[in-house]
Amino acid sequence: MKRNQRIIGLLTILALVAIASFLLYNLGSSWQFALRLRSIKIVAMVITSCCVAYSTVAFHTLTSNRILTPSIMGFESVYMLLQTILVFVYGDQTFRVLNSFGNFMLSIACMIGFAFLIYILIYKKGRSNMYLLLLIGLVLGILFNTLSAFMQLLIDPNDFFIIQGKMFASFNKINQYLLPYTAFILLLVISIGFYMAKYLDVLALGREQAISLGLNYNNMIRLFLIMIAILVAVSTALVGPITFLGLLVANLTYELIRTHSHRLMILACCLVSVISVVGGQFLMERAFNFSTPVSTIINFVGGGYFIYLLLKVKKI
Amino acid sequence: MIEVKHISKKYNNRVVLDDISLQFPKGKVTSLVGSNGAGKSTLLSIISRLLQQDNGHVLVNGKSLTDYKNRVLARHLSVLKQFNHIGMKLTVRELVSFGRFPYSENRLNAEDHEIIANAIRFLDLENIADAFIDELSGGQKQRAYLAMVVAQDTEYILLDEPLNNLDMKHSVQIMKILRRLADELGKTIIMVLHDINFASHYSDYIIALKDGGIKYHDRTEKIIDENILKDVFDIDFVISESGSKKVCNYFNH
Amino acid sequence: MKIILLTILLLFLSGISLFVGVADLTVGDIVQWDREKISLIFVSRIPRTLSLVLAGIGLSVSGLVMQQVTQNKFVSPTTAGTLEAAKMGLLAAMAFLPSSSMMIKALFAFCFTFAASLLFLRMVERIRFRNVIFIPLVGLIFGGILNAVSSFFAINLNIVQDMNAWMMGDFSGVLQGRYELIYICLPAVFLTYIYANKFTLVGMGKDFASNLGLNYRTVMNIGLFCVSLTVSTIIITAGAIAFLGLVVPNVVSLVYGDNVKKTLPLVALAGATFLIVCDIIGRLLIYPFEVPIGLTVGIIGGAVFLTLLLSRR
Repeated sequence: MKRNQRIIGLLTILALVAIASFLLYNLGSSWQFALRLRSIKIVAMVITSCCVAYSTVAFHTLTSNRILTPSIMGFESVYMLLQTILVFVYGDQTFRVLNSFGNFMLSIACMIGFAFLIYILIYKKGRSNMYLLLLIGLVLGILFNTLSAFMQLLIDPNDFFIIQGKMFASFNKINQYLLPYTAFILLLVISIGFYMAKYLDVLALGREQAISLGLNYNNMIRLFLIMIAILVAVSTALVGPITFLGLLVANLTYELIRTHSHRLMILACCLVSVISVVGGQFLMERAFNFSTPVSTIINFVGGGYFIYLLLKVKKI
Repeated sequence: MIEVKHISKKYNNRVVLDDISLQFPKGKVTSLVGSNGAGKSTLLSIISRLLQQDNGHVLVNGKSLTDYKNRVLARHLSVLKQFNHIGMKLTVRELVSFGRFPYSENRLNAEDHEIIANAIRFLDLENIADAFIDELSGGQKQRAYLAMVVAQDTEYILLDEPLNNLDMKHSVQIMKILRRLADELGKTIIMVLHDINFASHYSDYIIALKDGGIKYHDRTEKIIDENILKDVFDIDFVISESGSKKVCNYFNH
Repeated sequence: MKIILLTILLLFLSGISLFVGVADLTVGDIVQWDREKISLIFVSRIPRTLSLVLAGIGLSVSGLVMQQVTQNKFVSPTTAGTLEAAKMGLLAAMAFLPSSSMMIKALFAFCFTFAASLLFLRMVERIRFRNVIFIPLVGLIFGGILNAVSSFFAINLNIVQDMNAWMMGDFSGVLQGRYELIYICLPAVFLTYIYANKFTLVGMGKDFASNLGLNYRTVMNIGLFCVSLTVSTIIITAGAIAFLGLVVPNVVSLVYGDNVKKTLPLVALAGATFLIVCDIIGRLLIYPFEVPIGLTVGIIGGAVFLTLLLSRR
């Protein structure tokens, strides 16, 4: 247990160092302006990191495996389809018709509505097969991708850049007015989620043991799925899709920390996530002067790590 | 007392349990036996609320299962199925601590700690209490899970094939522990068993199922009878006395 | 018997397909040997119908092979990263050799799909005994990774929309001189037919196959070779068509069981028929415009597959 505490301490320091370097490095003469701009980015990054961390760890426990990500349920396809439809209908007028706040709320509503839709499709007949749920999400996701792809063909190439901008997560064009809302939603969900993490500990023992220990299994699954949907929706709507971040940070955390306590695990995962995102962004922006968005780098690294996990790790 | 009234269950129009009514005596060990597909495991799952029946109800201490709050029921009745693979790193002591979840969730008090320590001692796990579950052998793992059930401290303990994948030595070890649970702690134990000799040696009552119905339900010594067993399993048995217990030989049918 | 019926149906539908289109064409025109109309048939209509039939056969048979070698009903080019790998190959060809011929593009696509299939199979071998649905989920993530990589390069090269246009399954661009590549999938389908039973055995696992005296690696590689060749040529000539390789073999197996030698011709015919029907629908729906076939098949196939999933048990 000492070891875990030491690691958490170390991660906290690293996270703070990453945040501090990002905020303070080479501030320049108009430092107040720069600091304000960077603070907004930092908040957005921390929010996204925590959303991704919690949702992925919880999702791994519910599905009892370590190599799926919640985005597999098709949330990102819903998001891209919505963005495509908006540009398809309104063209370059999109921003005037629907401001970013409206878009944000609509995106969240659509993604959560989608989660409910899959859920109803499956549980209507009293089935509670987690994998079936995923497969339905997957099929709908492919369907939505096809629809998006079709509409994207018809869109004027100039308008297409609006969509292209949405395809990759970016912390550089965060709308600061959205931050208070996301922070509020996140705080609410994460506190409930943190309180309920003890049930995740029991769910990790498997369905039979969870029921034997007095959990209402179906209700629990439902509740956690809704929370995961909200968290994924919030982070996607805020910065765009980062498919493989969760996969990467969750598995790094499992390597670092050995515990059955999801509270500890989630805390550690949030820290690892913040370190990767903020640290990555810092290195990209300031140290190397790259223009590549950090989310694509994360997708590269996370995707490679996923393949490595499947090919090399014994137990999956 | 656990009482089962008119339980029926179908899978895709195939009747698995047909209008089963039963009572399980308190403080005794009862074994459910029968051929594959006779409905033993299904019945056990329904009694332990892992599976929903189509008709009928299960009463625990005179109250229907569905009228219990999940957490309250978990203080009366526990079930242990085949242990599944756990993704998390978990020590034996941590696993056993989960037995106190229905009482204190994850805030264990002094009493909980004592019960956990007792359970570990009861199952003779003290020297491996801090080992990780996935590093244990099959027998040790099964004992660790049993310790969790003991820590859960329920009147009724339901087990689905507790000897599965265990060698003879560990099977006997587990059965002796179950016997002690009933004799020393007054637990009511209901389990599905495959080996008729284990059932014959360690249980007070045997319930024989066939084709979704109860064929026989009586004290062990009455059931261990050449004609009855032939009727249940469709093979010939030769029964011999060994001390006070009966041994069934079914290898030469 | 069923095969004959299906063949007749396919021929009939192909006939209809020949006469659907923006330019007016009737049977009378052929009888009168109207030169202009006849050349329309040879330049555009026949190539289109032929490539539809070939693509339908190719994709559904590929799906069947993939399902056999992985012993998993949910694996198909759509759910194993195959389409994404082909896209990556196409992108590489466009990036490094911008003016390359279709043949070169197809070669690139083939190499990438083959490599990706090998990699995917490695992964499947490691997780074979997991839940059946787990494997297509992994395949989908795998596809996502490949897609992320290609999109990244596509963005930097500024060809995202072009890439998407290439990838959208669409037969309206099929003309004489631009589709012949698709014939390459014919030998692959023949090879598949010869090896059909062996694929099933190989799917049972390495030890099982070796025990029966099969060379596991060779048979597996032949299977992947056929699939990669078929899928990449179809993608280069017509684009990606989701769900076809998933839905058709599954429906056929629901009705006629899993004896591959018996069902393979049925799968092939059903795939071609399904694709032709979807194409006719797509051409008539918003006449005189066309809905690309990738979309029609995607929607119809997706709906069929969802129904199958939800009505299970």
